[in-house]
Amino acid sequence: MAIAAAAVFIPVRVLADTAPDNTATQAAGVAADTVWVVVAAVLVLFMQAGFAMLEVGFTRMKNVGTVVAKILVNLSIASIVYWAVGFAFAFGAAASGVFPIIGGTGFVPRFLPGSVIDLPQLSTSTAPAAAKFFFEFVFCAVSLAIVWGTMLERTKFIVYIIFAVPFAGFIYPLISHWLFGGGWLMSHFGAQDFAGSTVVHLTGATAGFAGLLLLGPRIGKYGKDGKPNAIPGHNMPLAQLGVIILWFGWFGFNPGSTLNATQLHFADVVITTNLAAAAGALGAMAAIYFVQKSLDVGMIGNGAIAALVAITAPSGYVQPFFAIVIGAVAGVIVVFGVIAIDKILDDPVGALSAHGLAGIWGTLSCGLFTDPDLAGFNGVGEGGLFYTHRFNQLGAQALAVGVAFVTVFVLSFTIFYAIKKTVGLRVSERHEIDGLDISEHGMWGYPEQFMPVPGGAYIHPDALSDPARRLAGTAPANVSVAAESRA
Amino acid sequence: MRKIEAIIRPEKLQAVQDALDGLGASGLTVTEVLGCGAQRGYTEMYRGTRANISLQRKVKIEVVVPQVRADGVVEAIQKAAHTGEVGDGKIFVTVVEQAIRIRTGEKGDEIVQHRIPEHWGH
Repeated sequence: MAIAAAAVFIPVRVLADTAPDNTATQAAGVAADTVWVVVAAVLVLFMQAGFAMLEVGFTRMKNVGTVVAKILVNLSIASIVYWAVGFAFAFGAAASGVFPIIGGTGFVPRFLPGSVIDLPQLSTSTAPAAAKFFFEFVFCAVSLAIVWGTMLERTKFIVYIIFAVPFAGFIYPLISHWLFGGGWLMSHFGAQDFAGSTVVHLTGATAGFAGLLLLGPRIGKYGKDGKPNAIPGHNMPLAQLGVIILWFGWFGFNPGSTLNATQLHFADVVITTNLAAAAGALGAMAAIYFVQKSLDVGMIGNGAIAALVAITAPSGYVQPFFAIVIGAVAGVIVVFGVIAIDKILDDPVGALSAHGLAGIWGTLSCGLFTDPDLAGFNGVGEGGLFYTHRFNQLGAQALAVGVAFVTVFVLSFTIFYAIKKTVGLRVSERHEIDGLDISEHGMWGYPEQFMPVPGGAYIHPDALSDPARRLAGTAPANVSVAAESRA
Repeated sequence: MRKIEAIIRPEKLQAVQDALDGLGASGLTVTEVLGCGAQRGYTEMYRGTRANISLQRKVKIEVVVPQVRADGVVEAIQKAAHTGEVGDGKIFVTVVEQAIRIRTGEKGDEIVQHRIPEHWGH
């Protein structure tokens, strides 16, 4: 999210010195930036469909309705809470003593055309505050969606509603402020996180980890001997459609994090993002074949997601070759991560690996591969170990990962613990076996799979208007008593 | 009357149906079933975790015919459902006391006669 660029890189400024109608040129630049930020935000919003399909595909048929309901309700809660308080904590201004920790202006913001709010870290983007707000909100919604991948098929719906409020209102904005909004991790230590491998993905996965520890595995996941059983998701095509939607949406997520079109850096980010995803799918394909001698469909998709998560932090800082390295390594990490974690923790979609481990790897990879020229362009930190032969940046990255993990874990665990002790995290055993669709929502996601539906199809032959569509040799007059004639 | 019950491979259903159709056998009940026999199960790998599938998907067909037709029907099913691999299934023949057509109340061999009824075959 680092957009503090040196003025010399901004073509608009260069033109402004020479062009006679510099106000018109500047207005065009502002419009271009604004359009790009809003379009990118809408692409990121569409990632909700990707998460919905990914989760639906990896769950059983009795639990699909609750997944999509959860996505819609969480998106709605985050929309309002982030507008009311989250954005101000993340990007608002504050006294210099407080600002490294948290922002504090712009609660329940009011917008007018082109209105400017005091957003210290976003001030170098020419897009208006409304565009910036919406772009940052959809990131919050993505992070919240990631939380629940670990907790599917057994969580009470009320938990989704309750936890969304502190997460969108405080936990996510806090980490977001430290690494996007000008807080201490970026301003004092130069930690780089271009689009949120840590801020968005590790934060979501860590909250999910805290919840999962308090929630426990699904019934039947572990046998009496403690060995994991496979609980296959019901629809691999839907899960992979989710992967492709996420891949598509990521072109808003990473390239949009320039918050700027006129400096043209967003096009470079498109390339690193796509190359990493490709390398991740292939890396995971190779790794799972190495492990089980077959090409697990879900794992190939997990590889693409893990690579996209990993390239999120370095996408604006690294060159294409290293994007491939980062993606391929993420694809391998997710395969071994899912298999290892599955032995002790029931994470139906593999979020702990794809968003947690890959998020950590991606954040650290800045410390290895950040191009010094791009660190300068973005105005955060310095080049990675590979260029500088110094460990400074890697240390800053490790600090960011550790701080974010501990902070989010402590806050989330506390909130989930309070929920567990009050309304409870988990549905009853009876409801879990029946499925959350019927027990929590009173309806099925796939009704005809579970119950006779009135008016269901029975094609009476008389209903066919075209006699030719009747089966051959079937005229009533032709009925013959074959048994007697052949006996 | 005899009831002929056969557990067959799902992919052989059409061949068996065609064979019975060729005999003019009417009335066929088909059920999708799970079961285990000499074939045992198979192993699925899901995200690196092994899942042992001990019950195989099979199709059960039931057809009731007059006693004199039973051997012919059994022979036709055995031939049509045969692949020679383990897992081809089994055929069971039992005696049936009585048969009643619900629509008319008719009873006995007459209602399980081999016919070529309306909409039968393809």
